[in-house]
Order: sequence, then C-alpha cells, then structure tokens
Amino acid sequence: MTSATSPVANTANERRRIGSLAWHVGALLVLAVVLYPVIWVLSASFKPSKDIIASLDLLPTKPVWANFSGLADGISGISITSFFTNSLMYAGLAVVGVVISSSLTAYAFAKIRFAGRNLLFTLMIGTLLLPYHVLLIPQYVLFRNLGYIDTLVPLVAGKFLATEAFFVFLMVQFMRGLPRELDEAAKLDGCGHLRTYWSIVLPLSRPAIITSAIFTFINAWNDFMGPLIYLNTPSKYTVSLGLMMFRDQEGISNYGSMIAMSLVALVPVVAFFMAFQRYLIDGMATSGLKG
Amino acid sequence: MTLVKEAPAPPAKKRSAAPAAGRRGRRRENLAGYLFMSPWIAGFLLLTAGPMIASLYYAFTSYNLFTPPKWVGLDNFTTMFQDPRWQKSVEVTLKYVVVATPLKLLLALGVAMLLAQKRRGQALYRAAFYMPSLIGASVSVGFVWRALFSDDAVVDRTQKIFGLDVGGWIGNPDYVLYALVALSIWQFGAPMVIFLAGLKQVPQELYEAAEMDGAGPFRRFWNITLPMISPVLFFNVLLESIHAFQVFGSAYVVSDSRCGPADATLVYTCYLYQKGFKESQMGFASAMAWTLVIAVALVTAVLFWSQKKWVHYEEAAK
Repeated sequence: MTSATSPVANTANERRRIGSLAWHVGALLVLAVVLYPVIWVLSASFKPSKDIIASLDLLPTKPVWANFSGLADGISGISITSFFTNSLMYAGLAVVGVVISSSLTAYAFAKIRFAGRNLLFTLMIGTLLLPYHVLLIPQYVLFRNLGYIDTLVPLVAGKFLATEAFFVFLMVQFMRGLPRELDEAAKLDGCGHLRTYWSIVLPLSRPAIITSAIFTFINAWNDFMGPLIYLNTPSKYTVSLGLMMFRDQEGISNYGSMIAMSLVALVPVVAFFMAFQRYLIDGMATSGLKG
Repeated sequence: MTLVKEAPAPPAKKRSAAPAAGRRGRRRENLAGYLFMSPWIAGFLLLTAGPMIASLYYAFTSYNLFTPPKWVGLDNFTTMFQDPRWQKSVEVTLKYVVVATPLKLLLALGVAMLLAQKRRGQALYRAAFYMPSLIGASVSVGFVWRALFSDDAVVDRTQKIFGLDVGGWIGNPDYVLYALVALSIWQFGAPMVIFLAGLKQVPQELYEAAEMDGAGPFRRFWNITLPMISPVLFFNVLLESIHAFQVFGSAYVVSDSRCGPADATLVYTCYLYQKGFKESQMGFASAMAWTLVIAVALVTAVLFWSQKKWVHYEEAAK
C-alpha cells in the first residue's frame, strides 16, 4: 500500500507528509505564543534590573546571577526560606487533609448503601456551584471568634473536613468504576468497611488520589486570597504574600530579585506538573477539575 | 466520558445480597455510612451550611466585627444598588465575563481540534498547552503580566510596530481590564482538555460519511463536530463563566492592590474584599456576596434552560 512505485500512493504519501509538517509548524507557532511569558520570566531573571522591562531581547545580553544572590537577603528581615517553609506546611497539610477526608467520604458515597445517600450526594454536588465568597465573611468571623486568625487552621480546616467537593466527586466517580466483585468478595470474607476501604478500595483508587493530591498541592501553593485574609504576621506569610511584600517594599528598585523570586516560586508547581502531568490531565478530562 | 450528566447515581433499590441484610444489617450500614462521611458532614454544617445562614443574617445587619450585628433590614441592599462603585464593579465584572469567556473557549476549542489529530508528540503538546492553567493563578504570573503589559514593555513595543500607541495597558484605565482578559484567555488549557475528551468521542464514521456526501470542512464542523461536542461545550461555558464571575487574584495583583487605576479593574470580589476586610463593613459585604450568589444562580439557570435548545445528548449512548 505504501510502496513508492505507484505514483498515486506517492502523492498521497507526500500530501500526508506536508500536512503533518504544516500541523507541527502551526502547533509550534501557537505554543511559542502561549509559552512566551514562561520563557520571558526565565530570561528576565538573568537580566540586570534596568533591562527587565526595557530590553526586548529574549536572551539576556550578559547573564547575571545578582537577582538570585539578592534573594538571600530576604525581605525586611525575613528570609525567603521562611515563605517557602510556610507554603510547604500549608500545601502539605492540605494534601494530607484532602486525601484522608475526601477518600473516606467518597468511600461512603460509592460503596455503602445508607439512608439519605442520594440526598447528601446532591447536596455535596450543589456546593460545587456555590460561590466561595458567600462563605468568606462568616468563616472569617467564625475563625476569628475561635482565635485562629494568623494561623494555618482556617486555611486547612476545610481540607480536613472534605469541603473540596471536586475531589470527593472525583474519587466517588473512580470508586464506582472499581469492580463490585472485589468488595463483595471482601465482605463475604468477613471484612468490615474499614478493612475494605483500607486494603482494597484505597490502593485501587490511587490514580484519583494522586490527582487530588497534586491539584490540592498546586492550589494551596498558588492560593492568594486565603493567606491574604487570614495571615497578618510577615514571618507566617506564604510565598504568594511574600511576593506581594516584595513588590510593595522593594518596588522597581529591585525588580530583578522580584522576578527571580517569581521564577523560584513557580518551580515547585512546574516540577509537580512535569512529574505528574499524565495523571493531572486525565483527571482533569474526566472531572472538569479546575487548575 | 464521565462528565456532569453521569454524576448522580441511580438510587440503589436493590437490597444487598450479603448475609447481613435485614433490619440490623441495614442499621449497621447506615451507621457505617455516616461514620465514614462524618468529616464531610461536619464540614458541611460548620463551614458551608452554618456560614450560609450566618451570612444571610449579616446581609440584613450593620456589622463591623467589633460590635454585635445590628438589624437594618434592606438598608445594605438599597445602599448597594445606589453605590456608584458597586455599579462600576458590576459593569467591570460583566465586561470581563462576557469578553473573556467566549474568547477563552474559542481558543480552547481551536487548539483542542488541532491536538485531536493524531500526530507525533501529541501528549507533549497537550501538556505544554495545559501548563498556563496551572501556574496562571499564582502571584508570580501576575508580576510577569504586569511586566509584559506595562509602559514601554514587550506588548507596548510590539503594538507600536503596528502603529498602535496606547502606552502600557497596566496604567491605562481603558485597557487594563483587557490585560486581565488576556491573562484569563492564556489559561485555556483546562477547557481545552475537556474539549479534547469530547472530540475523541465523536465517531469517525460520521466525518467519513459527510465527506462522501461532499461536505466541506466548515459544514463538517458545523453539522457534526459542534452538535456532537455540545454537552462538553455546555459544561465548559457553565464552568468558565461561573469561574469568571469570581475572579479576584489577578485583578488584585496585576492592576494594583486597589484594583485600579480609576477602579478600571474593580471586579466584584475585589470590591467585596475592600468592603469586608479593609473597611470592616461585614454586613454590606455579605449583602454583596448574596447578590453574587443570586446572579450566579440566575446565569446557571438560564444556561440550563437554554441547553434544551442547543445541547444534544445522545439518548441511546451508553
């Protein structure tokens, strides 16, 4: 069929090759525009402060390290590592909370037949569409009355209480897809729900759990409004707030370090993404999860 | 495909075949169910239902956090509707939703159709296009955007080549909102992936048959692709517009911490934040929040109503 002797096959082959070439050229062009800001920040972090806005060169004429070494000084007495430690704590606790609480809740919805299950499931899905802002003020009042302002508690409490309905939904969908025979066999063997959850359903749900964990990590790492509202002491600031502080206090004078820190702040997210993008994108496609 | 339409499971009427069936078994199942989902129940009562009731109450009070809420009836709402800055925030938000959502979805669909073709390196392209969706929400990207769209920076200089001189977008009240729109469009990866999943479901035979009948690419898109992906399109429109109504971080970071200049990027949630957390007007802010809930509910209802006219669900499809 693909023999080169037939002239008809030849032109068809050639046309296919041209089509493929045109496709790659087109896709790469769009990709260049889309990834331009990423390449820009990478290059700008090696430019002297005064060149960052003004110079159009995609590559720094004379790469400098000053922007990164400048980061070691920190901002008004707070070291950069402090922001990163705080963000890591927040994101880490968020992941633990979401994985435990959402998987338990999802198991109940997917595998246990209890009265009122469908009503509660509808309620849970309903919270997906609710604008978060209606809860913002009363939650603030609640945590303020409990004395938890300026701590991580308001930021992670919801994660331990399965309020992230997206992840519960994602895990329910996944657990429903697991072969029913497995947990029925476990039941016949005398396994209780806790045992079935722990030794059968949880290990099999790994893809859904990894997806939720990675998304939780990235969302917590990027979170801006939560820390902005709940954290007051600069030493407790996350990376997002540290960056804002950088802008407000150093401004244009130290533009280079600001851009360098922006780049460093993106590293964990991009690294996670590179490592797990297959899970993320598939999870995304099946659930419509927001990044 | 496991999108919205499959979400609620049919009620499980069939009784368990296990030996423990019967009244005691059922009671035990109920107990187990509620125990397993107790985190969610606590979260729902404490962090969702409770706060909703509280904020509904606050909306009718004057409350500054330091003295107890004072009932004022509809005052917050009447003040709000007459407040020029509130009106401005509604205008800015609507403009943002109406411009950003369709453009973002158009780009997402375009790239999805490009990536739906079987080519080498497809997964790599898909991942690269998706990346902005993940990092777009970070303050870092807000800074990058600020730098790209400021006076004499890349965007400014590029458009000067074409003879368009508006100065930087960031400092210009007529343009700064479009810098935010651009940032939103840039994050087209999430809807793109959903479109891709939808495009994969379209039976190839339909295209072959249409081609045999002499339908050109445009006809094939209009008569096959679009109706076949309309459920995913609906899902994306719903999700993206609800999302756009709630934009906050980018407006706060990209324009400046007051969502200016001249309130040009005073999106709804930014004004809500200012009222609640800068001016301690918790009652007013709660009234604003409920107005947003009602607006979002209305948009959702209109979209669900309209889907009868343009969304095609395959009845027989499994």
